[in-house]
Amino acid sequence: MQDLIRRYGLGLTGLMCLIVAFWLLMLVIIPNITLFESSFRPYLPVTEIGGPRDTYSFDNYLKVFDGSIETTFLGIPITVPVHVMTFFLTIWYSVVVTVICFALAYPIAYYMAKIVNPRSLPTILLLLFVPLWVSEVLRAFAWWIILAFKGPLNSLLLFIGAIDKPVRWITDYDAVMIGLVYTYILFMLFPLYNAISSLDTNQIEAAEDLGAPWWKIHWRIVLPHAKPGVASGSVMVFMLSAGSLLVPSILGSTTSQWFTQTIQQWMNDALDWNTASAYAFLLLFLCTLFVSVVMWIFRVKLSDIAK
Amino acid sequence: MSAGIDLENVSCDFGTFRAVDHANVSIKPGEFFSFLGPSGCGKTTILRMVSGFIEPTQGVIRIGGKDMRGQRPNQRPTALIFQNLALFPLMSIWENIAFGLEVRGVDKATRRAKAEELLRLVDLPGAADKMVSQLSGGQKQRVAIARALAVEPQVMLLDEPLSALDLKLRQHMRAELRAIQKRTGVTFIYITHDQGEALAMSDRVGVMSHGRIQQIADPRDIYNNPVNGFVASFVGENNVFEGDLGAVSDGMATLSTPHGQFRARINAGVSGKGVKLYVRPEHTIISAAAPPENGVHGTVHEVSFEGAFIAVHAVSDSGMKMVAELRNDGSQVVPAIGDQVWMGFDAQRAAILPDADTKR
Ligand SMILES: Nc1ncnc2c1ncn2[C@@H]1O[C@H](COP(=O)(O)OP(=O)(O)OP(=O)(O)O)[C@@H](O)[C@H]1O
Ligand SMILES: [Mg+2]
Repeated sequence: MQDLIRRYGLGLTGLMCLIVAFWLLMLVIIPNITLFESSFRPYLPVTEIGGPRDTYSFDNYLKVFDGSIETTFLGIPITVPVHVMTFFLTIWYSVVVTVICFALAYPIAYYMAKIVNPRSLPTILLLLFVPLWVSEVLRAFAWWIILAFKGPLNSLLLFIGAIDKPVRWITDYDAVMIGLVYTYILFMLFPLYNAISSLDTNQIEAAEDLGAPWWKIHWRIVLPHAKPGVASGSVMVFMLSAGSLLVPSILGSTTSQWFTQTIQQWMNDALDWNTASAYAFLLLFLCTLFVSVVMWIFRVKLSDIAK
Repeated sequence: MSAGIDLENVSCDFGTFRAVDHANVSIKPGEFFSFLGPSGCGKTTILRMVSGFIEPTQGVIRIGGKDMRGQRPNQRPTALIFQNLALFPLMSIWENIAFGLEVRGVDKATRRAKAEELLRLVDLPGAADKMVSQLSGGQKQRVAIARALAVEPQVMLLDEPLSALDLKLRQHMRAELRAIQKRTGVTFIYITHDQGEALAMSDRVGVMSHGRIQQIADPRDIYNNPVNGFVASFVGENNVFEGDLGAVSDGMATLSTPHGQFRARINAGVSGKGVKLYVRPEHTIISAAAPPENGVHGTVHEVSFEGAFIAVHAVSDSGMKMVAELRNDGSQVVPAIGDQVWMGFDAQRAAILPDADTKR
C-alpha cells in the first residue's frame, strides 16, 4: 500500500482503491446479498410484498424435492425428484468433463513443459489462444454447426471412411460435453503446464536412470509434483462446467438439462426470482461442498492450489 | 560386479558445435577414473553419453564389452549421480533409496531392509524416515550415493558430486567416496574441475580441454609428466619461458629466450620458434651463487608464508615474474624482500611442451 502511494501519489491511489471498492461492493457483494436474502422469501404478487405472507422460510430451497420421476440407477428402478436428478446429472457430467479435460491436457502440458524446443513454445501458446479471440457464443454455435447431423464432421468422417452412416452427435449430453471440454480445457492446461514446468528435469532423468519405465516416472514423479496444478485445474474446470449456461443451452439436446438451465427457467419462464436465487445458492453451496470433499479425499490443501 | 567401459572415437555435436571430439578411452572394471577439465569442456556430455541420455554423433560406447547403441538409460547397467543430486523431494529418504528396487517390483519389506542396509553403508543410519529437505548437503550426497548403489550398478557415474559442499566436508567425502568404491568394487567414473580432487582420488585421470581428451594417465604421471602445456598448467603452477628451439639430442633441447639460454627435456612434436618451457615452482631453486646452467638473476619482491611451504616471488633482471616454493623445514635459506638472487632448475625437472591438442 505504502509502495503504491509512493509510486502513484495519494490522489491516484485513492481513486484506484475507490474504483475497486465500488466494483466489489456494487457489482459483487450487494447483488449477492440481495439474491441471498430474496431466496428465503416467497414469490408474491407486488401488492403483497412486505405484507403478512412475506416471511422468511426454506420453502424455495425445498422445491427441488417436488415432482418425482421414474428412472433407473444401475439397473434398479428408483423414483427421484426431477430437479435433484438434474442436479446429480449436472455434477456427474461436470466430473466427466473434468476428467476428459485432464486426460487431454496432461500429455499436452507435459509436451509443452518438457519435450518441445523452448523456441517453438510461443507459437504453440499463440495457437492455443487464437480460439479465444472469438466470442464464446460464436464458438458454441460453431460446434453446433460442426456437430450437426448433416454437418462437416459427419461429412469428413464419411469421406475418409471412418464411419459408414452419419452419427447423431447432438444427442443426450454428448454435444454438451464436447462443448464444455473445448471451452474450458485451457483452464486445465495452464495450471498443469505451470506445475510440470517447475519440475527439475533431472528428477525425470534420475528416475529413468534408476530403471523406471515411462508410466512409472509419470505416476511416481511427475504427477505427485503436479498435484497442486491438477487440483486447481480440476476445481476450475468443474466449477465453470457446473455453472455454465451458454454451452448447455446451445449444444443441449431434447433429453439434456443442466441445473443452470433449471435456474434460468425459474427466472425467465416462471418469473420466480426468489426460487431461482434459492436454486443458484444451492448449486454454489453443494458444488463447493463437493469440491471440498474431493480435495479432502486427495489430501490437497487450499494453500497448495493458491501457489 | 563391475564392468569396464570403452569409448571408441566418440564424438558429440550440438548443432554445429562439437562438445566432445574423438574421445578414446578404455576404463578397466573396478577402476576409479576421473575426467578433469575446465567448465564447458564436455565432461558432463561424456557422462550423459555413457548413461544413455545422449546418443553419440559418432563412435561406439561399450559397457562390459557390449555395444550400448540404442540402449535407453533404464536399460544400461549404470547409475548416474547428478550434478544437483536430483533426489525426489516428495519421498522419504528410504523411498528415495529404494526407488530403483520399487520399479523392479521388489516387495516393500525387502526394499525397506535394503534401504536401511545402504544407509549404514553410507554412514547415515536412522535417517530412513526423514524427508530430503531435513538433510544437510553432505547427508543428501550420501543419500544420492545410496540411491545409486541400490540398483547394484556395474558402473557409477558421478557428475561433480562434491562441488556444492564446503571445503572440510569435501575433503571428508573424498575419502568416503574412495572407501565406498573400494568396498563395493564398482567402476567409478568421476567428473570434476578440481585438480586436487582428481589427483587425490583416482586410479587414472583423463584431462580434457575443448572436447578433446588431452592426456590419460595415473595422477603422478599427469602431474610430473604432462604431455602438453594445457595439462601442465591445469594441474599445477608453472614458471613458463617462451623462446626459440636450438639443438635437440637424446630428448634434451636448448631454448634461447630473452631471459637466457635454457636446457630441458623435450617432448616429441615440438619444433620451431615460440615454444614454451615449463618448470614447477617447487622445482625452482633459489641460490646466492650462479648455478652451472639454467640460471636467471633477479630481485625478490615478495615472500609469502603458505604453511607447508614458502613462496618466493621474484622478478628477473629481464623483467619476468617467477615463483619458487621452498619447503618449510629450515633446510633452505629463505631470502628477504629486495635480495639479489639466482633462480635455477634442474634440466631433468623442466620440460618443453607443445600447446593443447586442438586439432580436428
Ligand atoms: N543440450 C545442449 N545443447 C547445446 N549445447 C550444449 C548442450 N549441452 C551442452 N552443451 C555445450 O557443450 C559444451 C560442453 O558441455 P558440458 O555440459 O559437457 O560441460 P562440462 O564440462 O560438464 O562443464 P561444467 O563443468 O560447467 O559442468 C558446453 O560448451 C555447452 O555449452
Ligand atoms: Mg557439467
